[in-house]
Amino acid sequence: MKNEPKGPRPRKAFSPGRIMLYSILVVAAIYYALPLYIMIVTSLKGMPEIRMGNIFAPPVEVTFAPWVKAWDSACTGLYCEGLKVGFWNSVKITVPSVIVSIAVASVNGYALVNWKFKGSEFFFAVLIFGSFIPYQVMLYPLVIITRELGIFGSLWAVIFVHTIFGMPLLTLIFRNYFAALPEELFKAARVDGAGFWGIYWKVLVPMATPIFVVAVILQVTGIWNDFLFGIVFAGQPNFPMTVQLNNIVNTTQGIKEYNVNMAATMLTAMVPLVIYFVSGRFFVRGIAAGAVKG
Amino acid sequence: MNSIEIRDLVLRFGKTTVLQDLDLDIEQGEFLVLLGSSGCGKSTLLNCIAGLLEVSEGQIFINGRNVTWEEPKDRGIGMVFQSYALYPQMTVKGNLSFGLKNAGASKEEIEKRIKNASQMLQIENLLQRKPAELSGGQRQRVAIGRALVRDADVFLFDEPLSNLDAKLRTELRVELKQLHKRLQNTMIYVTHDQIEAMTLADRIAIMKNGFIQQLDSPATIYNRPKNKFVAGFIGSPAMNFLEGTLDCTGEPHFVVGEAKIPLAGYEFSQNLEGKTQSSFGIRPEHIVYGEEAQKAPFNAKVTVDVFEPMGSDTQVWAHVEGQNFRFRIDGRDKIANGDEMLIGFDPACASIFHGETEERI
Ligand SMILES: Nc1ncnc2c1ncn2[C@@H]1O[C@H](COP(=O)(O)OP(=O)(O)OP(=O)(O)O)[C@@H](O)[C@H]1O
Ligand SMILES: [Mg+2]
Repeated sequence: MKNEPKGPRPRKAFSPGRIMLYSILVVAAIYYALPLYIMIVTSLKGMPEIRMGNIFAPPVEVTFAPWVKAWDSACTGLYCEGLKVGFWNSVKITVPSVIVSIAVASVNGYALVNWKFKGSEFFFAVLIFGSFIPYQVMLYPLVIITRELGIFGSLWAVIFVHTIFGMPLLTLIFRNYFAALPEELFKAARVDGAGFWGIYWKVLVPMATPIFVVAVILQVTGIWNDFLFGIVFAGQPNFPMTVQLNNIVNTTQGIKEYNVNMAATMLTAMVPLVIYFVSGRFFVRGIAAGAVKG
Repeated sequence: MNSIEIRDLVLRFGKTTVLQDLDLDIEQGEFLVLLGSSGCGKSTLLNCIAGLLEVSEGQIFINGRNVTWEEPKDRGIGMVFQSYALYPQMTVKGNLSFGLKNAGASKEEIEKRIKNASQMLQIENLLQRKPAELSGGQRQRVAIGRALVRDADVFLFDEPLSNLDAKLRTELRVELKQLHKRLQNTMIYVTHDQIEAMTLADRIAIMKNGFIQQLDSPATIYNRPKNKFVAGFIGSPAMNFLEGTLDCTGEPHFVVGEAKIPLAGYEFSQNLEGKTQSSFGIRPEHIVYGEEAQKAPFNAKVTVDVFEPMGSDTQVWAHVEGQNFRFRIDGRDKIANGDEMLIGFDPACASIFHGETEERI
């Protein structure tokens, strides 16, 4: 009777299944982390050390010069001002694009769910259909549209294009999120005399933080990493960071400075990474708790 | 003047008609309960009155004003929803004041009204909490409070107590009744619960498939149901129905198989002659047994099939002339399956329904 089950069930520390699982995970982690490791160590070495080969070896002499050069004075085509110009251009493109696209899409999604108008389903279907069209197809028409609007070759053109292309997916996720909220909440707000914007700002937005965070992540990574729209629509002085990175890495003159290239690449990838790390804590659970019973 | 008048209301969702030519007059200060099976259109009717659904046809008047095209906020209503629908990101105070702020009330006015309402509902010490930090009964009170602060002429309740446990339900039911006594507002209250309906209502409207079957005081609905649906719907356990023939050729009586039930004392609603196929309805609680049964105008011998002790009384299932029959006996009486019992009843408390129209005879 002594061994009768009692209290918490004992767990085996390492079953064979666990060991398998962990070894696969470790291998996968190494597989993905190795290139990053190589990038970091390479970016911290001087050129003479790199030429010796040994790409896995840690730097004998740590130097931050490649990072400084990548940021401040690497040559992109004719100009040698480093990535900082591109960084600020990317900021100027990303911030307004993210804000405008999310603002428009969330209002779209809200209206599609709660203020159904004649043909709202059709409108939504068209919007979804839009997300299946490869955007290269629209490139030329958009060039003409922005030219006619007189904004081609400016930051406005890129922001405009990013907002348009963000619309289908963002509207979809906002629509689905709002549709899942209890409908009676919306009705209660109407009885309480809140209008279209009152309900949006005071009732729905406070409950929508998680989905706003998702949208921000999607848009920041998408827009920051974009290359095509930047190079087509922005115009030479406004090239985003990705385009400048490309120009640094693919430069044809002189020697290839691997350490500078690695540093530049990591600098460019930094912003989306930071967004991932920071955003985790905004995913609050139970945002609608207490709204409805049971 | 009527508080609410509904004229020829029709509501369709696409091709399905949920409410059909509905007419309803509710007096000032009346407590009207809407009762009906699931999906019969109770919430839909409430939403129409609140202005949350656009009517397909017909008119709605509140306090003599045609509000058919008006926004919910301009109708002078307060509504408590089936799920409480509290704003989860606002405190209780925020929930209560939201409507007032939207209406542009002054700060002092808001404070005063919240104080009144929260005192009445005993939620004063909860004002700073979020809905997630409240119990079911407290949320319910906040939901009622939100309707209350707005000083509405008409309150609409959509099954406000449906998800609460039995004890809390009884408590809140009494509170609601007291609230109505104090406020004297018009209230429309949707429920599935017969006891709630019987205890709260001035009048009950029984709905089925978008039609109001009967609109009367609880006593009338219970004692003189207009048709077989209403009779079967109200009362628990449900009314017994014996299928047979109503014979009015001589002294009126009802024939079930071999048995003849004399109908002296039964108040007829229709003048019928000859024989009519019909159902004879008698409530389980109107059936007497033992010595009393001997004295009753009609009695019969039955065999106990099954019995269900419920504490205060025991439900007995038996057959009369081969048809199912239920009645109640005192919980202290000893009984066993297969026992023979003499039961009886007074046909004056019965209800007879026409075999085809199912209307009361
Ligand atoms: N948006 C809608 N579109 C189509 N049909 C609907 C819609 N809303 C309700 N209905 C239908 O209308 C009928 C009445 O619904 P309603 O919600 O009024 O029922 P109810 O009497 O409140 O039921 P319950 O007691 O279950 O709450 C149901 O048959 C339902 O299927
Ligand atoms: Mg309902």
